[in-house]
Amino acid sequence: MDERTRPIYRIAAPIKSAAQRFAYAGLVVSAFALMLLAKADAVLLERVRIHVTDAVAPIMDLVSRPVAAVSEIVEQAQMLVELRAENLRLREERVRLVQWQTAALRMQAENADLKRILNFKPGPGAHFVSARVIADTGGAYAQSLILNAGARDGVRKGPAVVTGDGLVGRIAGVGQRSARVLLITDLNSRIPVLLETSATRAILTGDNSDQPRLIHLPPGAVVTPGERVVTSGHGGVLPPRFPVGVVASVSDGGIRVQPFVRRDRLEYVRVVDFGLDGVLDSKPAAMDGANTQRAFP
Amino acid sequence: MKQGLWIKLDALARKCSPFAITLVLVLISIVPAHIPGYARIAPLFPLMAVYHWAVNRPELLPAIAVFMIGLLVDTLGGTPIGVNALVFLTVYGVVAAQRRFLLGKPFWIAWLGFALTAAVAALQTWVLVSLFEMTLLAPEAIVFQYLTTLGCFPILAWILLRWQRAYLQRN
Repeated sequence: MDERTRPIYRIAAPIKSAAQRFAYAGLVVSAFALMLLAKADAVLLERVRIHVTDAVAPIMDLVSRPVAAVSEIVEQAQMLVELRAENLRLREERVRLVQWQTAALRMQAENADLKRILNFKPGPGAHFVSARVIADTGGAYAQSLILNAGARDGVRKGPAVVTGDGLVGRIAGVGQRSARVLLITDLNSRIPVLLETSATRAILTGDNSDQPRLIHLPPGAVVTPGERVVTSGHGGVLPPRFPVGVVASVSDGGIRVQPFVRRDRLEYVRVVDFGLDGVLDSKPAAMDGANTQRAFP
Repeated sequence: MKQGLWIKLDALARKCSPFAITLVLVLISIVPAHIPGYARIAPLFPLMAVYHWAVNRPELLPAIAVFMIGLLVDTLGGTPIGVNALVFLTVYGVVAAQRRFLLGKPFWIAWLGFALTAAVAALQTWVLVSLFEMTLLAPEAIVFQYLTTLGCFPILAWILLRWQRAYLQRN
């Protein structure tokens, strides 16, 4: 028998449809309410976000590995193709770097001598946590990464995230086994920086584009494209003089900075923590792909 | 007819598969792709899946599931919580209203429908995030993201349609 001809269906169908509509409207209202709540009480929803991220982190860790492996194979194939040219370039670079090494060694010795003369007390040692990038999220609307290291590996909210090239961003949220990095290109990122040669202070602010902007420059400051931008260390959380990028363009629309770090190349990053050294030292932890180590500046 | 436990479990797994596939697509969409410039214009796979199931089998992806998928996209993606939940619900509602028109038509009609729906969704997200952050977001990345989403839709729709024919046949 066809269900639609039953009397019970004739009564139940409109009720069911009305209930569905009501549920739909309820969900739309809930979505609005959540947005208002996120605006009013950011802390609560951030905590929820961290818990969800934590729960998904092991899956993302697994899923992101084959993709990383494939991209590595592709990169190696490209390297094979460019082997000769690369070799030539590296030889030239080596000659240049040997000269720099001599200079650096001389300066290191000189620096040590001067410190001894001045009876210089070194600052606190930095605490490094290496972690793998397991998610690159947000698309056009937010710029963040998820790392496979969290509170149990000694990561806390605030410190800088760096690679060998330069500053990546800051830790915006920490779960037990995952952490969220707010990239310097994100809309909500504000980094105190210095223009390296002129020592002009400014704030580097993201706007979700690939090139963040410099704002709050002192009046009359002269900025030229090509100038290096480094962290100023003001605010005390980020290490001072850490490379960020170079000034890409100066126009009426603002000063744009091209970051040194290339987002698509990120696989392993380091979380550099200068504060709370003793506390972090008391709970050493190591996990697959995320190990901790101490280093002295 | 008496059904065995395994048959029931099998039927349940099939019924849940649209939701599960959409969840997997949420995760896939945030895997680091290591392709220059990809992250900002990555196609919105979850949106495509929500549209596809809303057109073809809305009873297997109820509004509450769409809401939850939207929330997951927000929590993992770093967008303000609630934005994608609302956008996905809108897409779901619009499609539900136009379903009679879209169902059983040639593929390019479904694609055209998706092009319009995704444009509305992009505009809605842009307005909501701009309001939330109290600033006007630059639209170029959003336009490119819309185009990549549109371009990837036939591929995903084809896969989802194959899945539907293989495992979700109506009895």
